[in-house]
Amino acid sequence: MSHWIIAPVVLPAMMAPLIGYVMRHDIVLARVASAASTVALFVIALGLAFWAADGGTHVYRLGDWPAPFGIVLVLDRLSAMMVLLTASLALIVLWHSIATGWDAKGRHFHALYQFQLMGICGAFLTGDAFNLFVFFEVLLIASYGLMVHSGGKVRMQAGLQYVVMNLAGSTLFLFALGTMYATTGTLNMADLAVKVPQIAAEDSGMVRVAAVLLLIVFMIKAALFPVQFWLPGTYSNAPAPVAALFAIMTKVGAYAIIRLHTLAFHPGAEPTKDVVTTWLFPAAMITLTLGALGVLAAKRLMPLLSFSVIGSMGTMMLAVAPVDAYATETALYYLVHSTFSAAALFLLADLVVSRRGSDLLDARPPVVQNGLFAALFFAAAIAMAGMPPLSGFLGKLLILDALREPELMPWAWTGILVGSLVTIVGFARAGSMIFWKSTSVKLPEGTEPIQSDPPPAPARGTEVAPVMMLLALLAGLAVLAGPATGYMRAAANQLFEPSGYIDAVLAPVEKPEQAEKPEADPLHDAADPLAEEEH
Amino acid sequence: MELLVASAIGVLTAGGVYLILRLRAFPVILGLSLLSYAVNIFLVSTGRLAINAPPILNKYADVPYTDPLPQALVLTAIVISFGMTAVLVMFALGAYLEAGDDSIDMKDAEEKDDAA
Repeated sequence: MSHWIIAPVVLPAMMAPLIGYVMRHDIVLARVASAASTVALFVIALGLAFWAADGGTHVYRLGDWPAPFGIVLVLDRLSAMMVLLTASLALIVLWHSIATGWDAKGRHFHALYQFQLMGICGAFLTGDAFNLFVFFEVLLIASYGLMVHSGGKVRMQAGLQYVVMNLAGSTLFLFALGTMYATTGTLNMADLAVKVPQIAAEDSGMVRVAAVLLLIVFMIKAALFPVQFWLPGTYSNAPAPVAALFAIMTKVGAYAIIRLHTLAFHPGAEPTKDVVTTWLFPAAMITLTLGALGVLAAKRLMPLLSFSVIGSMGTMMLAVAPVDAYATETALYYLVHSTFSAAALFLLADLVVSRRGSDLLDARPPVVQNGLFAALFFAAAIAMAGMPPLSGFLGKLLILDALREPELMPWAWTGILVGSLVTIVGFARAGSMIFWKSTSVKLPEGTEPIQSDPPPAPARGTEVAPVMMLLALLAGLAVLAGPATGYMRAAANQLFEPSGYIDAVLAPVEKPEQAEKPEADPLHDAADPLAEEEH
Repeated sequence: MELLVASAIGVLTAGGVYLILRLRAFPVILGLSLLSYAVNIFLVSTGRLAINAPPILNKYADVPYTDPLPQALVLTAIVISFGMTAVLVMFALGAYLEAGDDSIDMKDAEEKDDAA
């Protein structure tokens, strides 16, 4: 048992209070500590991903309690991939928020940031449903603080809505877990996978209720219809780097759906059969439609980006809904792509909007470096909309290829293709309004151009670098699509062979103390008679 | 006993849902508190209702015992919901002080432009 599995949780958990209490008066010190911690997290995540690539399921028993009784953390290919995705996104977003000075606009940014990472990594690693709830609360409570970072009237109101929405969701989560425990007597995911198929037919309704409640909870997190309405208000009013980090938060919901419905409610389990296949596909279709329409209708840049996130969640969940190995592989590829492209758009929007003064989509005099920003926006927009050559095109192509079942294909293909077209139109409208039309704005005769004092400075290389890195990652994801999908295929196949996970978690713990006890050690034996008695 | 607990959960949940759908922050906070009370009672009852039974196994005598796990779960849930309610009150207070009223819905996009 290696202790590295718990490192992505413990490291931010130790750094956050240290930054929050010891370094709260020194922003430079806090920046150095936060950056060092995130770099270390990235290195650990990289190591874990290489370790998990051997195909094994690595289990960490907290306090060394045997599995159904104690809490376990589980590292397999999927969770290692998600932790690595979190760490790389966190590193880039942290760079952006330090370079643009966002972190100094309010208090405790770095401490909350580390708590946020702790919650996200914990949610990806845990193998226990109640522990998943606890990590959800950790990441949510940190996200509440980040959401209202630097304050402001509208942001506080949007933050209040976000908190209310998620508290209601957490209550629902507890109701679901209670129902689950009352029927099955366990909350360990591997143990659930054993117990759920054994439920008597007359009790199967209760398990179904619990599974549907859990699905609703995760749909809230993943922003799927009919519980997607919190996302545009939250993302468009959050500070832009925080919105970029939140790109991984919707994926936590998607991850939880994938994990639970391949493990605890795996397709072979009779009581919960068809829960996902019945409900998730129509919900994802409507989500995709709403996202595309929102992109077309948005009057401001930030809501437009938020609706494009909703649309990409809908596209991704279409591939999660059939619950088969190939579709899940394509969903994982699109998950990575959609995280990076959403983050790139939000970071770029921050650079533009902070110089432009408003995110309203109207013609205003151009800002400095109009050409550079226009080129970056173009690249990020074609990634999000799913046009070649970036990874969005490949991701959508893979999803189309996976959804060939006759009853799904007409809906899914029409939805994805028309949705992409509408999204392209929406992005083209926004881009031409912000970057092109602005160059033809004529000021009325006799008026001086309004100059803010001082005029916005051009973006330094360090400020543009995070966006460029995200775009480079998207290009890399497209160029290295073969190895990337290879890893994801292995991850999906591992998910659909849950026996490896179940055996690893529920394996009896060896008792090393008996083997280690030296026979020729009378002193030890004499001094410790109580230990003998207990055995 | 079953009827009492079940109806308590039902009434608390109904009241909580009604209050969450109100327009102002204060009733919404009360509604979320009621919901968290309801879910706490619900969690305790998931270990089956038992009276005068300790959550401890006794290997010397065959005495009744109750499931300890829901009690641990509900303790965690109480701590979390208590902390979350405190955060929520601070948020509501902050939004009220910034905006001047405690209505929970947001104004239209056009009006936001001044604040942005």
